[in-house]
Amino acid sequence: MKKKNGQLLQGNEAVVEGALYAGCSFYAGYPITPSTEIAEVLSVKLPERGGTFIQMEDEIASIGACLGASLAGAKSMTATSGPGFSLMQELIGYGVISEIPMVLVNVMRFGPSTGLPTSPSQGDVMQARWGTHGDHPIIVLTADSVPETFEMTVKAFNFSEKYRIPVILLLDEVVGHMREKITIPAEGEVKVVDRLKPEMPPEWYAPYADTNTGVPPMAAFGDGYRHHVTGLVHDAQGFPTAKPEEVVSGMDRLFSKISRGFSEVCITEELYCDDAKTIILSYGAAARSARDAVETMRADGEKVGLIKLKTLWPFPKAALEKYEKSVENIIVAEMNRGQIYREVWRVARGRWQVGKALAPYGNMLTPDMILDVARKVTK
Amino acid sequence: MYKEIRLAGSGGQGLITAGVILAEAAIAGGHEAVQTQSYGPEARGGASRADVIISDEAILYPKARKFDIFLALTQEAYDKFRGDLAPGGLLIIDSDLVDPAGDRGAKAVPITAAVKKNFGERMPPNVMALGVIHGMMPLVAERKLLDTVKNRVPQKSVDKNVKAFKMGIKMGKAFVDQPAAPSNDADL
Repeated sequence: MKKKNGQLLQGNEAVVEGALYAGCSFYAGYPITPSTEIAEVLSVKLPERGGTFIQMEDEIASIGACLGASLAGAKSMTATSGPGFSLMQELIGYGVISEIPMVLVNVMRFGPSTGLPTSPSQGDVMQARWGTHGDHPIIVLTADSVPETFEMTVKAFNFSEKYRIPVILLLDEVVGHMREKITIPAEGEVKVVDRLKPEMPPEWYAPYADTNTGVPPMAAFGDGYRHHVTGLVHDAQGFPTAKPEEVVSGMDRLFSKISRGFSEVCITEELYCDDAKTIILSYGAAARSARDAVETMRADGEKVGLIKLKTLWPFPKAALEKYEKSVENIIVAEMNRGQIYREVWRVARGRWQVGKALAPYGNMLTPDMILDVARKVTK
Repeated sequence: MYKEIRLAGSGGQGLITAGVILAEAAIAGGHEAVQTQSYGPEARGGASRADVIISDEAILYPKARKFDIFLALTQEAYDKFRGDLAPGGLLIIDSDLVDPAGDRGAKAVPITAAVKKNFGERMPPNVMALGVIHGMMPLVAERKLLDTVKNRVPQKSVDKNVKAFKMGIKMGKAFVDQPAAPSNDADL
């Protein structure tokens, strides 16, 4: 339904629209508030387009089904919230080491455990980075509005396809459930990336060989390219290896294929940063309050700017380092006990005073809570 | 224009749908609008609320803080979600179900009773409530609201809802014409 002035959609519905726009044809999941609308709407829309929707027996099976579908060539997605995200952790690592593209949406709610069902929180930021065991790269994106949720969902698919890695879209209850205006781009207006397929004869195909981008082409099961898939560390052919030189080169490639793309993957937005002495850094729903606070302080003549993170991991530290000389204070505004605050403090290495405006008890961070902290700093 | 509206009642009264209708009509009318709601176990059966903000500029903080309109259809919702009114703000309560406990200038309208009397026990009061609000403080063009109501309510109850909406407008207008208390009505 196209409307001249745009349409009213929920954040979770924008995930659906973004996924379909990006070419998602497979969804497996287990419903949980505040992510349920994603499954609900896709259960109607995917079959209509010849795609597959499966409600699985639990979240472990859900991510497993998505990885399998992706190996068979489908762009696949699952969505969950805190407790389900915990269950999915092991197979995120399987997707990373086997280099299987997929999108995992976690609409965060207050935890740990059942927590406050289902009050807003941004408490899964570090879990998204390090929840699965072992050293591993990961891409985690976020959004602060309904249109941005659409945009970042498409990006999540694009990055997962381009870099052959599971991408986590980390939303929060406020953004997932909020309804606001969105105009869905026409087909072709936003770039959609598909995974690179092998063109060499099947007998030459090495599914985990190094390439000039570090990302090997990916054959779908059934394409005629026989290959082995395993969670064990493997050689270029996909067979288990423990030879130090093969382990080192394989694991190094796993990291470097992402680090080579940092400039594309690390997405931020800035407002009034050029002459700012104080920067408020925020993301997700909290970034709406942060911008509100920044506008209020600018109206009062304070030299305050905003950096909004749209990528959480890899952490976009270059966006901060640009202001090494001009900025004195960075205040991190988030809805947890300071997960990104600690990361900023680590990156700061004493170059800036780092403060925090937190909402750690299941409420949305308000502009006033940020102003209270920021005004003390700028005084 | 910048207006914050909170619609409060109990689960099943359709107030979230009413919030969605209001926001959707505002967008159709070329405004910005954001709709949020309370989400918790209490949303099923207990007190629930929908917030709508309508503005001509980008809306940042998405929850209502100072209400231009606060509508309460149950006592529990009134007690739980009553907050500060903006200057000239409008407090609308169901006259049979909510005791405003001395709140000056509350517009007490028998919304639930009128819905039951005219449309039966199973009809939710949400669309008539939208009519009442529109009668007292029009926020969006009436035609946009009516079109949105027709799109959003179940197909078989469109006629009933259109009637309820129009009846609500009349009831709301009557209150503006004959104010119950001489408070801020000059602003309306």
